[in-house]
Amino acid sequence: MSRRQPEAIHKGHACGGEDNNDEDSQQRYDATLNNLGQSIMRTFYDEISQIAGNVVTVKARAIGYDELAVITTNQGSSLAQVIRLEDDQVSLQIFAGTEGVSTGDKIRFLGHSFKVPFDDALLGRVFDGSGRPRDGRPEVKAEAVEIGSPAVNPVKRRVPEKMIHTRIPMIDIFNTLVGSQKLPIFSVAGEPYNDVLARVGMQADAEIIILGGMGLRHDDYLTFRHRFDEAGVLGRTIMFIHTAADPVVECLLIPDQALAVGEQYALQGKNVLVLLTDMTAFSDALKEIAITMEQVPSNRGYPGDLYTQLARRYEKAVDFDGAGSMTVLACVTMPGDDVTHPVPDNTGYITEGQLYLRNGRIEPFGSLSRLKQLVNGETRDDHRAIMNACIQLYAQCEESREKREMGFELSDWDTRLLKYGDLFEEKIMDLNLNIELFDALDKCWEILAECFDPEETGIRDAIIEKHWPHETHQTKPEPQAETVQA
Amino acid sequence: MIGRIKAVFGNMVVAQTEDRVVKNAVGYCVRNDGIKLLCEVIRVRGDSVDLQIFEETRGLRVGDQVEFQEDMLSVVLGPGLLGQIYDGLQNPLPKLAEQVGFFLEPGNYIHALDTERLWDWTPKVQAGTVVEAGDTLGSVPESIFEHNVMVPFGWEGQYTVRTVAESGSYPIGKEIATLTDSSGNERTVTMEQVWPVKRPLCVAKRRLLPSKPLVTSIRIVDSMFPIVRGGTYCIPGPFGAGKTVLQQITSRHAQVDIVIITACGERAGEVVDTIREFPELQDPRTGKSLMERTIIICNTSAMPVAARDASVYTGMTLAEYYRQIGLNVLLLADSTSRWAQAMREISGRLEEIPGEEAFPAYLESRIANFYERAGAIELRDKRIASATIGGTVSPAGGNFDEPVTQATLKVVGAFHGLSRSRSDARRYPAIDPLDSWSKYVGIIDPKKVQKVHNTLRRGDEIRQMMTVVGEEGTPIEDFAVMLKAEFFDSAYLQQNAFDDVDAATSVDRQRFVFDKILEVLEADFVFKDKNEARHTLRKISSMFINWNYARWDESVVPESDRQDEPMNKAAHKDDEATERGDFKEILGQIDQYVQSLLKNADKSQAKDKLEQATA
Repeated sequence: MSRRQPEAIHKGHACGGEDNNDEDSQQRYDATLNNLGQSIMRTFYDEISQIAGNVVTVKARAIGYDELAVITTNQGSSLAQVIRLEDDQVSLQIFAGTEGVSTGDKIRFLGHSFKVPFDDALLGRVFDGSGRPRDGRPEVKAEAVEIGSPAVNPVKRRVPEKMIHTRIPMIDIFNTLVGSQKLPIFSVAGEPYNDVLARVGMQADAEIIILGGMGLRHDDYLTFRHRFDEAGVLGRTIMFIHTAADPVVECLLIPDQALAVGEQYALQGKNVLVLLTDMTAFSDALKEIAITMEQVPSNRGYPGDLYTQLARRYEKAVDFDGAGSMTVLACVTMPGDDVTHPVPDNTGYITEGQLYLRNGRIEPFGSLSRLKQLVNGETRDDHRAIMNACIQLYAQCEESREKREMGFELSDWDTRLLKYGDLFEEKIMDLNLNIELFDALDKCWEILAECFDPEETGIRDAIIEKHWPHETHQTKPEPQAETVQA
Repeated sequence: MIGRIKAVFGNMVVAQTEDRVVKNAVGYCVRNDGIKLLCEVIRVRGDSVDLQIFEETRGLRVGDQVEFQEDMLSVVLGPGLLGQIYDGLQNPLPKLAEQVGFFLEPGNYIHALDTERLWDWTPKVQAGTVVEAGDTLGSVPESIFEHNVMVPFGWEGQYTVRTVAESGSYPIGKEIATLTDSSGNERTVTMEQVWPVKRPLCVAKRRLLPSKPLVTSIRIVDSMFPIVRGGTYCIPGPFGAGKTVLQQITSRHAQVDIVIITACGERAGEVVDTIREFPELQDPRTGKSLMERTIIICNTSAMPVAARDASVYTGMTLAEYYRQIGLNVLLLADSTSRWAQAMREISGRLEEIPGEEAFPAYLESRIANFYERAGAIELRDKRIASATIGGTVSPAGGNFDEPVTQATLKVVGAFHGLSRSRSDARRYPAIDPLDSWSKYVGIIDPKKVQKVHNTLRRGDEIRQMMTVVGEEGTPIEDFAVMLKAEFFDSAYLQQNAFDDVDAATSVDRQRFVFDKILEVLEADFVFKDKNEARHTLRKISSMFINWNYARWDESVVPESDRQDEPMNKAAHKDDEATERGDFKEILGQIDQYVQSLLKNADKSQAKDKLEQATA
């Protein structure tokens, strides 16, 4: 079996600058697979009885559920995973897809389920859904860990208490990200959700950053790489990337690999941040496989276990009692901006809050970090006060804006609210900001002082006395026409 | 009884056997590395048996051995259940953590009760006494309760006590009595017994109509949509509306003996909160740690799905057991939708014909059977005990028209519907006061509740009208009604769960404040204009809100009218009394303010009349 020549590349990645040596990596990969097979000395199975969708059924005996296999076709080899056993019929999902698979192709079982190597050599590297390098560099030789480990015993979890600074005020002040939190970004397709994710990756104070990209456009992948490189965080980043051009089965393994590696780092005491994008692509891949397997669909074609599948991934976010933590920030695109779509809906029930991305901003009203109370009392005494006051005033500003749009008369209070709203959007809600929490809080004070009298903010006197900026204290802004701008 | 695996698909295994199998009996699938995975027979067709596996099926092979047992999935009942944290199959999680570490590796099963701990046994019967299933043989102290050791519930007919152990300290496995049945066969009783989780456990003289209010200390529940001991209620709501927080508050403050929390397919983080906080929190009624009256069954969303189905029944069976002992138990199931989804997954794997939204056709009957296990009963020795069920529902998209919510609404006695608009407006608890209902009578006179309800409804109508005709087009009388409804909402229905005092309002206090609120709602204030009306009601609101934060002063209620159970005063921190207002003082301010408004109203009415007369 080892004499088989590596053949033409099976998969054409859309060739970006870094990916032009796909052929090499495929050859090395094939060689690795062959070695794997040799060391176990298993026989081939080639009585393929069915090829449908991404699933191949072969006659074989003594195969474990969830076991990994290699299928060798005349176009190269691919990993495959057992998803159903029935007598001597073994159904496998083929990672590279079943195009070109013939009924006489050979399948070799590896005797274990999917594993991902774990070593510091992973840092700075990029892998695809099958775990092979997509950065043109050699395979990582290291002890491998199984993906999809069992659930963490709840009594070994800690109550989260550490804030993760992202240096984005809309997150840090208003929807604080907490270590071990799982937080999705709900967004419509056109919104810059990947930019936000990249920015969090670049700015957040995490020791290890793992990016899991599912169904990414190749441009997005390159952008991520480029930005991480520029920001100098590539050295502590690991990427698992599935692009839209890759076989759909590989998409399914992206979060598992990312989370398995993250979990190992967390067990070593590191604080890990896992960024996943886009979980809707992942769910769609689940749907595709489920329908191929003739499972009864439950809601809009998604399988009945969508909640369980998503929860098993998101629940990997953890703060280990006596080790490190893993935080998950995931993008979920909402088809048709519909939050009741099964994917965002199920996600919302699993995660600890959600961020809505609308019009290039994090929506201040629907967004919520459920864990923020655990940390925002400890940062600075004015954090909660600012958080509440700014949002309440912004809500009032929205009302005034409605009034303006309806053509109603605007009071002095309205014009000041409108001015506040514009300043707030410009100086705080902008997602391209990169400022410390305390600086951001100070900026909020400045804006409040520019627009309002202290007692109008509804903030407790003790806090006002301590934090209200002095120079602007007396100057009450004049209700002029200049404030009425779009 | 042995079989062989024929097929594996997700958490379902088909086995082939020639031996006798019992439906719903448990078994073990033996992986080739020797690890045994617990499973349950869910269908038998010819010689093939469909099994659901309570663990991950990774690594199972066709041909692996299956060992069938006779017993159905059961729980162990006996002293030592209180304060425990179990998974859905009643494995104690702290012990699992000690033995296995961070992860719940498959194939580890641990006895649910501590077999070494000694209990102070006191016999309650003598040799020669005739007893039946469920009768008390003796008792041991557990937490603040007397834990009765009973004749096993499954034993039929009458038995005569032959021997009974003397007072002393024994482990639960100790043989504490021997009984002989009518034909002279001898059977031994220990402090523990087992019971199949899916069979209702109820050995009683008769079932009673539940009528005694179960006080949760949440105002909107107790006053507006009450629940009763032995009743059932459900809390449906979209994500983020505060279902779990509501359950957590209830588990802390509910006036029952025992609370069983079943975290079924929900976030692990929420359970961790409870696990870490409860031992620290003091039960205001006993002064002991809250954990001593709590059992946590925890099958979080990442744990295997079949065990999620079991966890709800495990919790229920434990609740029924403590009801047999003679206590009032509250079972909180969060969330029953996850349980229904587990049923759906299993049904899908069985390739049953799907019903609505792919839920199985038996969804409704399963839900109904589950809620029917609640109830107040009169035990054979005439004591009254109850088990109450409160289940949350997580409807897809927050839409209550889905099968699980609808099936639940048919069988529960109270409906606390959470609304997204209320939670978005940070009006907590986000129970919708217009949509929710309760068939029970609570601590407030239903006539008074109806009055308030009318104000709320009218206020809502006016508010909707106002979005069309604007504030200018609304008559001031209507405007005042709307403001009053708003006042009731913010001053009474909303409650701050994170404040020590406001989080829990006692019965006497609720009655007292409710009457005071009613005074305001029924008062005929006269306002010059809408601004004055708004200003006045806002002022009253803020006085009432401050009042909510003041510690209750029971002396405002005559002693003969008091109903509150005596509280453990040590729980109060005196040092903060200065920061909080004084209850009576604020009461005085409110009375004074309202009186002054009414006087003004009289004056201006008089003036109006005078003007009319002179005109």
